[in-house]
Amino acid sequence: MDKSSVQNGPVEHAASAPTRRELYEAGVRRRSNRIALISTVSVVLALIVLVPLAPGWDAVQRAFFNGKVFVATFPGLLEAFLLNVMIFAWSAPLIAIVGLAIALCRDTRAPALFPLRLFGIAYTDVFRGLPVVLVIYIIGFGIPGLGLPRPWNSPYIWGTLALVLVYSAYVAEVIRSGIDSIHKSQRSAAASLGLSDRDTMRYVVLPQAIRNVVPANMNLFIALQKDVALLSFIGPVEVFRQAGVYKSLYANFTPYVGAALIFLILTIPATRYADYLMNKQNKART
Amino acid sequence: MKLIAGTALALMLSTTSVLAAGDGTCAKGKTLNDGTLTIATGNPAYYPWVMNDAPESGEGFEAAVAYAIAEKMGFSQDNVSWVRTSFDEAIQPGAKNFDFNMQQYSITPEREEMVDFSLPYYTSAMAVLTTQNVVDGGAQATLDSLKGLKWGGVATTTAIPMLKDIIQPTDEPLLYNDNADVNAAIMAGQIDAAIYDLPTALYLSAVVVEGGTLLGQFPPEQSDSPDQFGLLMEQGNPLKECVDAAITELTESGELAAIEAQWLSEATGVPVIE
Repeated sequence: MDKSSVQNGPVEHAASAPTRRELYEAGVRRRSNRIALISTVSVVLALIVLVPLAPGWDAVQRAFFNGKVFVATFPGLLEAFLLNVMIFAWSAPLIAIVGLAIALCRDTRAPALFPLRLFGIAYTDVFRGLPVVLVIYIIGFGIPGLGLPRPWNSPYIWGTLALVLVYSAYVAEVIRSGIDSIHKSQRSAAASLGLSDRDTMRYVVLPQAIRNVVPANMNLFIALQKDVALLSFIGPVEVFRQAGVYKSLYANFTPYVGAALIFLILTIPATRYADYLMNKQNKART
Repeated sequence: MKLIAGTALALMLSTTSVLAAGDGTCAKGKTLNDGTLTIATGNPAYYPWVMNDAPESGEGFEAAVAYAIAEKMGFSQDNVSWVRTSFDEAIQPGAKNFDFNMQQYSITPEREEMVDFSLPYYTSAMAVLTTQNVVDGGAQATLDSLKGLKWGGVATTTAIPMLKDIIQPTDEPLLYNDNADVNAAIMAGQIDAAIYDLPTALYLSAVVVEGGTLLGQFPPEQSDSPDQFGLLMEQGNPLKECVDAAITELTESGELAAIEAQWLSEATGVPVIE
């Protein structure tokens, strides 16, 4: 055998005649795939066949999966969903900024800045501990109730603030965990290079920390996307509220199913993307 | 001894004959629990429909109507039991825990595809609740003036489509879960006005909303599809004909009007919006 054929050997070998080992593995794979297929099909079939056999199926179908109501209400729901997207679009950057600021507060090391650190701790403790709806009510009705003139008493402003307060507390904790995950030696190394504390944080710690917590933050933003619907409690007619209006008009729950579909269309790709990022990160680490 | 037995027998006979006279035959065997009429109301039930959130007392317009209907159907006061449901529970598929549900449900053709309604027991005017500040600011009982206001309302009522159709406000209305939230928004100045049925609006303006006042009303005669309240029942409930017969009887005898006069205050002072 000359040199080139040795190099090409395994490739040619795999292409022409698989080894017994490869044959065996391919067989196992085929068998697993077959079993997975049969089991999935039978579960789906069982659901399709058995659920409609339930005595109340007709009533449930009419109340939740009513084609006529769905067609009548879906366009209105889509239109209302634009408001969700808008609220999300202006809340998310604010949350990222405030979250980062709070995380940095909690990480201050200078003794003189201890009050800042205390503030960071109190902030995350309070806003992570409160139900979102309560914060929305208190801020959304309470602050405008102090007598602010229009447009400064708008529920959009104060509702957004409520979302920012709660979600930035979560984001801050995630970012802090990212900061903590950076080994102490990195700071020491930066210090030995003559970097100030501030520069160490900015050029050494944060870039690594943020990258580590991107997937976790993606999860939070998916949750935020759903919690935007809670703003409907203080007035804005977003998709969930619009679905409620339709529900009451038609005495039918189908509009909620329509709203759920709209949410899924957005959250499923976002979730998949978060998974993809997480996998990529895990691979990079190993 | 014989005398006592005789009197007892006579008493029993007389009570059964009274029951029979009350036309109790229609509802027989059609109720959820034999011999008892189960009526649902809201949680909480609001004034002036039910006083003090206690329908058992028979006080308040709907509580009084409920007992009058029950009596016509042959159920004495003791044979009426109350349960509480939300709107969603009333329309959910599956078995219901009430014979009929009474909490200002407006009868609409869309809703009738999912549930059954009795004949109407009340036809309501719609009223505009606002505050004295807004009136001082120049709001008037004309459609033009109303269009420019910032509107709010309870999302689950038929008042919302009416608001959008008739007043067509320039700004999108803000919608809320219940009366309490709408009132909070009015008091926070986030909305200028809210639309309610007239009796509820009268109560809220007088008792609940600080500085509350009624800007005007849309009387039912003026509307093509006035807001009529009916008892909500599970679709296909055989009791419907008995309930309808009782309501017809109450309407024709004038008893219903008398109950209305007793519990719902006069609203002649509220200007009509043309």
